[in-house]
Amino acid sequence: MDLLGRVRALLADHPPAGTAPLDFLRARFDAGLAWVHFPVGLGGLGLARSEQAVLEAELAAAGAPDNNPRRIGIGLGMAAPTILRYGTEEQKARFLRPLWTGEEVWCQLFSEPGAGSDLAALAARAVLGEDGVWTVDGQKVWTSTAHTARWAILLARTDPAVPKHRGITYFVCDMTDPGVEVRPLRQITGEAEFNEVFLTGVRIPDAHRLGAVGEGWQVAQTTLNNERVAIGGQAAPRESGMIGVVAEVWRNRPELRTPELHQRLLKGWADAEVVRLTGERLRQQLALGQPGPEGAAMKLAFARLAQELSSLELELLGEEGLHYDDWTMTRPEVVDFTGREAGYRYLRAKGNSIEGGTSEILRNIIAERVLGLPAEPRADKDLPWKDVPR
Amino acid sequence: MTPDLPTPDLLYSEVEEELRASVRSLLDHHCRPNAVLARCEGDQPYDLALWATLAGQLGLAGLAVPEEHGGAGAGPREVAVVLEELGRRVAPVPYLGSAVLATTALIACGAAEALPELASGTRRAALAVPFTTAPGAAFPTAVTAEAGTLTGRVTSVADGSVADLLVVPAIGTDGPGLYAVEVGGAGVEVVRRTSLDLTRPVADVILAGAAARRLAEAETAVAALDRALLTGAGLLASEQLGVAEWCLTTTVAYLKERRQFARPLGSFQALKHRLADLWLETVGARAAARYAADALASGSPDAAVAVALAQSHCGALAVRAAEECIQLHGGIGMTWEHPAHLYLKRAKADQLALGTPGFHRAALAELVALGA
Repeated sequence: MDLLGRVRALLADHPPAGTAPLDFLRARFDAGLAWVHFPVGLGGLGLARSEQAVLEAELAAAGAPDNNPRRIGIGLGMAAPTILRYGTEEQKARFLRPLWTGEEVWCQLFSEPGAGSDLAALAARAVLGEDGVWTVDGQKVWTSTAHTARWAILLARTDPAVPKHRGITYFVCDMTDPGVEVRPLRQITGEAEFNEVFLTGVRIPDAHRLGAVGEGWQVAQTTLNNERVAIGGQAAPRESGMIGVVAEVWRNRPELRTPELHQRLLKGWADAEVVRLTGERLRQQLALGQPGPEGAAMKLAFARLAQELSSLELELLGEEGLHYDDWTMTRPEVVDFTGREAGYRYLRAKGNSIEGGTSEILRNIIAERVLGLPAEPRADKDLPWKDVPR
Repeated sequence: MTPDLPTPDLLYSEVEEELRASVRSLLDHHCRPNAVLARCEGDQPYDLALWATLAGQLGLAGLAVPEEHGGAGAGPREVAVVLEELGRRVAPVPYLGSAVLATTALIACGAAEALPELASGTRRAALAVPFTTAPGAAFPTAVTAEAGTLTGRVTSVADGSVADLLVVPAIGTDGPGLYAVEVGGAGVEVVRRTSLDLTRPVADVILAGAAARRLAEAETAVAALDRALLTGAGLLASEQLGVAEWCLTTTVAYLKERRQFARPLGSFQALKHRLADLWLETVGARAAARYAADALASGSPDAAVAVALAQSHCGALAVRAAEECIQLHGGIGMTWEHPAHLYLKRAKADQLALGTPGFHRAALAELVALGA
């Protein structure tokens, strides 16, 4: 049966109108229609990644429920491809289905107070006991969805006597373990989108290790590459995102207009459209199986644009820009730029150039991997981790 | 506010990549930086032998000319690829003036007579407007038409000094018209100016009762001129992309090689970040330039937006790339013998040409309902 035939059979057996969303999602996964490029039996059909758009369009037209990809983005975008590549058959069978249906939310325990952009400097320790169980102690930070997550992907140091990149191991951590403590971390916006996670004597069976002992850094590269390549298969229409918000204010509120803001609005509109077309060009390349280096550019460009436009919006609003909608500490499951007022957008956009790789790190990546410029000399490259001054 | 637009094709086709490869290979052999540099102070800054090869051997002058008039019947997408390569070499050939601006005006008003010779490259034409004229500008009034003759002065005409034929917008008693004037005829004088851009100098055209043939009148003339300017502006973005790419590539290569403080300069983060930013804007320029070329080729209702967008981005980018190239080359970048200055001069002149970035942003305001 061809792909569309399978989609129609799924819709016939589980009519979206009369099926509970979770039941539909489970059936969709079992039919191999979750992510078509995954293997048969793991939610896929082993097809080309580009076929996914065909199926998504067909399901959306039929009114099928989705798995709320934004809510489970870390699982979908980071944990799943890593488990697929490095997981054992048991791990794949256990984790992928509830991950995809959204029954189990994932978070990512990578960053630490002392290891942000220099991720490989991380200090959380994992020690293997004689019973074949690892014990983990340490502190992680900037962990979104930790308070709703059932599982975490975790990087911990398993050998402090070797240079920093070589002594790290990658685990799946059970967030319901009694040694896991999640504390909200209140941010600049007033809400607590992220958490601190304290790991005290957390016991992780060796069966929950992903990849070989000491090779966590290589495994993490899969996770991180997928984080940055997470660009949608759908074409974005003109004036989607932040520029659309600002343009509508401009159109609807002529009393706010000034010549200086007009110049900046037009510059911002043109920049936004150039970024949109760059994304569209990347999408067309990916559809042909030719991923270009433009992927690295998108996050950088998006961050700069979001910051400029949200800043412009506040100035445009003038007196209203002095207000803020709500400082109450909430713990949102997803970031919602357009569901809040301008002040929130301005403050939250400051994080766009920090989260998921700072703009400075992305520029280094572009300079070294795309342009081929030499790396800066590194003082800690060959030193055992324990001997690095800190 | 936003029309439903067809999805543009922003990639290069295989045919376009082949075209690029043959143009690049030819320029690698026949358009070396030292030769371009040596030529630009002489009597003839244009390389007409190169022009003859590009037009004769590769058929580039007639790329967008319909086959029945001696051309290849291709369109703006292919022409844009040629301009990227010519920009990358600041090639001193009258391609933009003759094969794009003048040829588009002639095609747009259905004046087929001159097309075969222009397509073959045996004759060259220029559109007699100041190179700074933007699409959508008021019809020029510098030249008046009376009883089949033209009188007036047009300044700063791109590629004017090597044109055999001038396509001249002029105002007669019955309104606007587009006229053909032979260079060399009585009452036609072309004066080469000392130009900022050494590789595409501008010239003034002085007409004193010059014999002229009317090609189009009234709305047809206005529309043909605007089509030529819109096409020229949209495709100039690809030339600007080529200029920027050369500057970026050359600077990256230099910073990998040049050592200071016992390290390659390119390993210093402060410099790497500047080049990463430049690369980012160049990636954007390629998307914008491709969109303009594709919109012009497909007759998209969004073509005016696409052109204004490409010009507002690519013009400024090419200048910035050339400025960074000079700065990051240090003292060498300031010397006459290094070709970087040719690129800055071309980039800055191109930024003024066919509407400045500011002009095009203002045009966008009207096109996308964001007026002051």
